[in-house]
Amino acid sequence: MSTLLRRALMMGLFGGIAGVHVSLVGIVNTFQTRDLIADIVTIGSVLPMLIAIMVGWLAGSTPKHIPRPSGSTTLVHGAMAGGVVGVVLAALALLVDSVSLTWILVNARPQLANILYFEQGPGLGSVILIAGGVLLGVAGAGLHLLPRTIARALAISGVVTIIAALMEPFVGAVLRNVELRAIEGFLYQSGGLTVQGFILVFVLIAAGIYGWAKRGDRAKARVAAMPPDRRRAGKLIAYGVLFAILLILPQIVGQRLSEVVGTVGIYILLGLGLNIVVGFAGLLDLGYVAFFAVGAYTTALLTSPASPVLNPELPFWGALPFVIMAAALVGLAVGAPVLRLRGDYLAIVTLGFGEIAREIFKSAWAQPVTGGAQGILSVPEPLPFTRDPQSIYYPILFFCIIAAIAATRLAASRVGRAWNAMREDESVAEATGINTVKYKLLAFSLGAAFGCLSGAFFGTKIGVVFPDSFNILVSINALALIVLGGMGNIAGVMVGALVLVGLPELLREFAEYRLLIYGVVLVVMMILRPEGLLPSRSRRVELHDVSDEDDDDMYTDEAGIDTGRPVVST
Amino acid sequence: MTETMDRAGSAQVVDALLQADKVTMKFGGLVANRDVDFVIPRGSIVSLIGPNGAGKTTFFNQLTGMLEPTSGEITFNGKSIIGRTPYEIVEMGIGRTFQNIRLFGAMTVLANVMVGRHVRMHSSWWGSLLRLPAVRAEEEDTKRRAQELLERVGLPRRYEEDWAKNLPYGDQRRLELARALASEPKLLLLDEPTAGMNPGETAQMTDLIKQLRDELDLTVLLIEHDMKVVMGISERITVLDHGELLAEGKPEEIRANPAVIEAYLGKQATE
Repeated sequence: MSTLLRRALMMGLFGGIAGVHVSLVGIVNTFQTRDLIADIVTIGSVLPMLIAIMVGWLAGSTPKHIPRPSGSTTLVHGAMAGGVVGVVLAALALLVDSVSLTWILVNARPQLANILYFEQGPGLGSVILIAGGVLLGVAGAGLHLLPRTIARALAISGVVTIIAALMEPFVGAVLRNVELRAIEGFLYQSGGLTVQGFILVFVLIAAGIYGWAKRGDRAKARVAAMPPDRRRAGKLIAYGVLFAILLILPQIVGQRLSEVVGTVGIYILLGLGLNIVVGFAGLLDLGYVAFFAVGAYTTALLTSPASPVLNPELPFWGALPFVIMAAALVGLAVGAPVLRLRGDYLAIVTLGFGEIAREIFKSAWAQPVTGGAQGILSVPEPLPFTRDPQSIYYPILFFCIIAAIAATRLAASRVGRAWNAMREDESVAEATGINTVKYKLLAFSLGAAFGCLSGAFFGTKIGVVFPDSFNILVSINALALIVLGGMGNIAGVMVGALVLVGLPELLREFAEYRLLIYGVVLVVMMILRPEGLLPSRSRRVELHDVSDEDDDDMYTDEAGIDTGRPVVST
Repeated sequence: MTETMDRAGSAQVVDALLQADKVTMKFGGLVANRDVDFVIPRGSIVSLIGPNGAGKTTFFNQLTGMLEPTSGEITFNGKSIIGRTPYEIVEMGIGRTFQNIRLFGAMTVLANVMVGRHVRMHSSWWGSLLRLPAVRAEEEDTKRRAQELLERVGLPRRYEEDWAKNLPYGDQRRLELARALASEPKLLLLDEPTAGMNPGETAQMTDLIKQLRDELDLTVLLIEHDMKVVMGISERITVLDHGELLAEGKPEEIRANPAVIEAYLGKQATE
């Protein structure tokens, strides 16, 4: 048996196991309630299909040291892998159908078998399942035979379309808000996309991505060729339009979505701050939540009538300067002891700091001031803005813009260059004349300031500050969002926050599996695109041994010697 | 031995930019440098040679503040550099390159040189935040100077926005030189500047070093293994062996010194 065939079968087996896992933890059942295409395909039944496609794609890829087989062989490998997935899932369905396992696996209900059989009964269902697996495996492997740009457009478009279907309640609500009911009716129906909506979204996105891949460089070249003042004007107009949209966003998206947008904004602030520490200066901080907590508690202590610290209390805006001062001090306090630590050691120590911060706020010793586990109640609103999601959005937006401008300016300055150099090689940076102690402390303090600001808005937004909001998940979230978005890049931080904080907030019904999906997304990202969705240019250079113009690295990793053209055999 | 000590003694009379007195560096029981006396006359090109393990790089690292001597004194321009951090020493006017090129690979060529000028810039973080006019002017000025330096070391302008790590090997050496020069050093320390180069590139690099010394009023200290380079470029040569000073003098004196031939050149002479 050839290595590639063995590999394909192994992939199929792994895919099958993944499918069994996904089925038994109940994701398939949960997603069954949602339609991808109204009344035709549910998201639940799409999941096994996606696995078959992915397995087919993996089976069709060739490791670098092995010569590329012919096109038909690739398809056969895909078919084998997809078929194995189908067989494994059919076996699962059969097992679930015939033996009651619910006493040990709560999700192994006949309903699951029914989904897997596409509601066609065991006989026809198994055939569909296996044949479907083969077909989808072929489709997945076939992606390798298509020109890279097309394969990529199809893959991304598929993912986006599924997300579009999942977002039905929210996109639908937005369309209703802006009086575009006709479009809503055209695209969506009973919790999923309509057939024409599915086709439209898929084709539009695929065409857009393909067009950009084909023509994007030329468009970029045209923009670059424009006279500077016109380019500047174009940039200003683009920013103006973006700003105008951001200003009316709460009215467009409505109450419920504004709440999500506010949370995303708080995480953008947090991400921008952590990005200074990790992305710019290269100091891996796993306890960033400490700054978030200090910001929230300082605000609460200075402003809440429930806290004994000040009487009369400060208004929210009066407390803000003190919050930032506290931030800088805490930044120094955390930074100073860890100056000599590098890499992993720094990460572990900061991890400890994050936990210590929460425990201090929670402790009996601090209880008279911080209220212990009950926290501090009645944190006032940032008047004249209220706690209403459509109102508090504005101050958060304002500070996000300020933070983004500040981070951009710092990155492009003497300070940013010094951080960059320090991140790349600390001892050479020092030998080049950079006072690394000073710039580390500066990174910690500025990062802390952003984090505390974020914490202040978190406190005033929910009106209560209690210690268990500041657990390690906040640090992990903030770090994951800048890694996913693209470390060192400000737009990347925003995209990361939207994807990692925004999407899960919208998909609350799947909250149970949030961390599972989260983990899968991160693993897939690290394999396919370790530099993140929108990386800074230099980060991409660091992680890939390619020139910066090579944008199509997504498939070269797996395909190795991919020439970008299909290999067709006779 | 006594003769060479006398030479070192007499050399102290000249205008010394850098002077090391009885520098000893111990790592636990291992003595890497023992009582090394060393003088670099202002405006000269001086080479430090010796067999592998002779303590050259250790000595170099003490001049740049990466290591602190166990005992002894090093003065630069009349001021002691003992106990100073590497960046303070850069500020005093000592720039260096590395034996194994250590550029900031994921920064552009231009940014690498601009980082080199860090110590001569004054912009603060809050000035950068507010984009004060002075900060912008300084940034422009730094960029212009960096471009000049790139031209001076012979890197074409089209390389400016390329990633440093994508440059050809020889150009990376030139870029490292430009980065070191950006801090406006009085003394330039070059650690094997022609390592890994072919004879043509080596000749270009030696010419460049001489030219830079003349045009920029530099004093140059280099560690070098290529005897042709050393003999061709140096005005004085210091030989270290087993961490101790073996000889010091003009190239022709070193070439004729029996102790040096035995310890170091002898092997090559027979080849």
